[in-house]
Amino acid sequence: MFPKPIEKQSQAAQVAYKSMLPVALLFWLAPLLAVALFSVKPDADFTSGNYWGLPSSFEGPANYGQVFFNSDMPRYLLNSFMITVPTVIGAVALSAMTGFALGIYKFRANLWIFFMFVAGNFVPFQILMVPVRDLTLELGLYNTKTGLVLFHVAFQTGFCTLFMRNFIRALPFELIEAARVEGVSEWRIFWYVVLPLMKPALAALSVLIFTFIWNDYFWAVVLTQGIESQPVTAGITSFNAQFRAAYHLMSAGSIVAALPPVAMFFLMQKHFIAGLTLGAVK
Amino acid sequence: MTVSSDIPEAESWFHRNQQRIAPWLFLAPGILFFAVYVIAPVFQSFNLSLYEWDGLGEKTYVGMRNYEDLYWEYVDRDAFFTSLKNNVMWLFLYLLAIPAGLFIALFLNQTVRGIRLYKSLFFFPFVISQVVVGLVFTWFYDPSFGLLNTMLGWVGMGPINVLGNEHLVTYGIVAAGLWPQTAYCMILYLTGLNAVDPEQIEAGRLDGAKGWSMLWNIILPQLRPATFIAFVVTIIGALRSFDLISIMTQGGPFGSSRVLAYYMFEVALSEYGFRMGYGAAIAVVLFLIMLCFIAYFLWSMYREEKGH
Repeated sequence: MFPKPIEKQSQAAQVAYKSMLPVALLFWLAPLLAVALFSVKPDADFTSGNYWGLPSSFEGPANYGQVFFNSDMPRYLLNSFMITVPTVIGAVALSAMTGFALGIYKFRANLWIFFMFVAGNFVPFQILMVPVRDLTLELGLYNTKTGLVLFHVAFQTGFCTLFMRNFIRALPFELIEAARVEGVSEWRIFWYVVLPLMKPALAALSVLIFTFIWNDYFWAVVLTQGIESQPVTAGITSFNAQFRAAYHLMSAGSIVAALPPVAMFFLMQKHFIAGLTLGAVK
Repeated sequence: MTVSSDIPEAESWFHRNQQRIAPWLFLAPGILFFAVYVIAPVFQSFNLSLYEWDGLGEKTYVGMRNYEDLYWEYVDRDAFFTSLKNNVMWLFLYLLAIPAGLFIALFLNQTVRGIRLYKSLFFFPFVISQVVVGLVFTWFYDPSFGLLNTMLGWVGMGPINVLGNEHLVTYGIVAAGLWPQTAYCMILYLTGLNAVDPEQIEAGRLDGAKGWSMLWNIILPQLRPATFIAFVVTIIGALRSFDLISIMTQGGPFGSSRVLAYYMFEVALSEYGFRMGYGAAIAVVLFLIMLCFIAYFLWSMYREEKGH
């Protein structure tokens, strides 16, 4: 293990290390803690210039209550869910199939198709912006959640295919050959042999894509504009316009908007990190 | 196998060729989506960059004029070059996330009580949307009450208006971007460090390697896969920077924090009107910059595939 394990060092070093950890963390998360502090302060603290002192009264429930019951935030959150969940299902389903095809079968175009997915995954969004917006307008899907979902599914399929294909490559190929000898059809091999083995990959991708899509801002701005369909990342700007200079409410709003992927991360930490660090070890 | 003669001709043909047809059937929906929404638009944008178009009326063919306009620029004389320069700055400064992430990973790579929770909390900024990161840092930098200036005040300095200063603004935004990106690199390195071979470390110790020489000669070579991925995601992230700029400054003050990605959006969809062709030309330039890196990444992957 590197660096040298701390328990093999002097008592003083151990104490120093253990006391440094919380201090370092405090600095690292300072900007966020500041917002958390803001979100439980009363309005009066800001007008009286008490920005960084203790809250003169604890207004957490009132501030968050405002966000949940007296603003458009719940609607934006709902939109975000209605965009994110179908995208996760769509992208994972499509890429389970493409990953299977590219991971199992040997045919000449295999590597080139794989590279097409990988390369497409890296292009800057701006080069897609005008044609995708146009296509969405033509389909009559501009400013709808469906329009956003269709694009996200297509784009995320690139990353997901990379992930799935590499995962399937690492599975024992003998299983598939054995099934083929038994005369099992290819579709059934996919459904009954490979898919059950892919559960960890499916879980990892689902949490990752959930976070990516929830946090998307660019496409939300390009393809939607109203409260009927905008997700929370885009909605928060209008929320902030509504509560201009009401820092306690804007802070509470930001925290609410950030929460679902955070919850997802803490609940599914193992899968999340497994997905993110795929390929970081050989 | 005696029943096979009962199977109709078409079905048995499918049956015989199943292994050749199956991959294409599995690929069809994915390729269809990807071709329509990702591959085709790239070419459409290239084509569009040769036209003048407001997004509604007729397109007028103008040849290379949009590209010449990038040079002459009539909205704002330096807009394109400022964006380009900022993109280069982003690219280099963003790479700091890699050593910073490695540093934090080394700091946290211990087994003391509660270390898992510490690792998760250090990773935290990556999970938050860039929009919220942007808001958080806008308040952090605020000249009247921001935490930064409050802290500077304690040591008798400031106040500085980071986001209102043409010379500081890009540094300020990049710093905000480095926060989640460092967390990402950290988690890559933590995973990599987990897999470092303890025997090689012991062998290194016997040879008298420690501290820097141990890190440089024994640990880093084993972390190469993690470093490669950190490079890929950081470079892509740097060139994709849009959210933070849009939230924190909208390209200001006086357009000094624009990058190509944001400038393109501004030209095509925002206050400077709907100049789709001109926007497409900017996007093409950004795409070509990215293409150098994409080609390199694919080349590395190709060598890897052939190596197996």
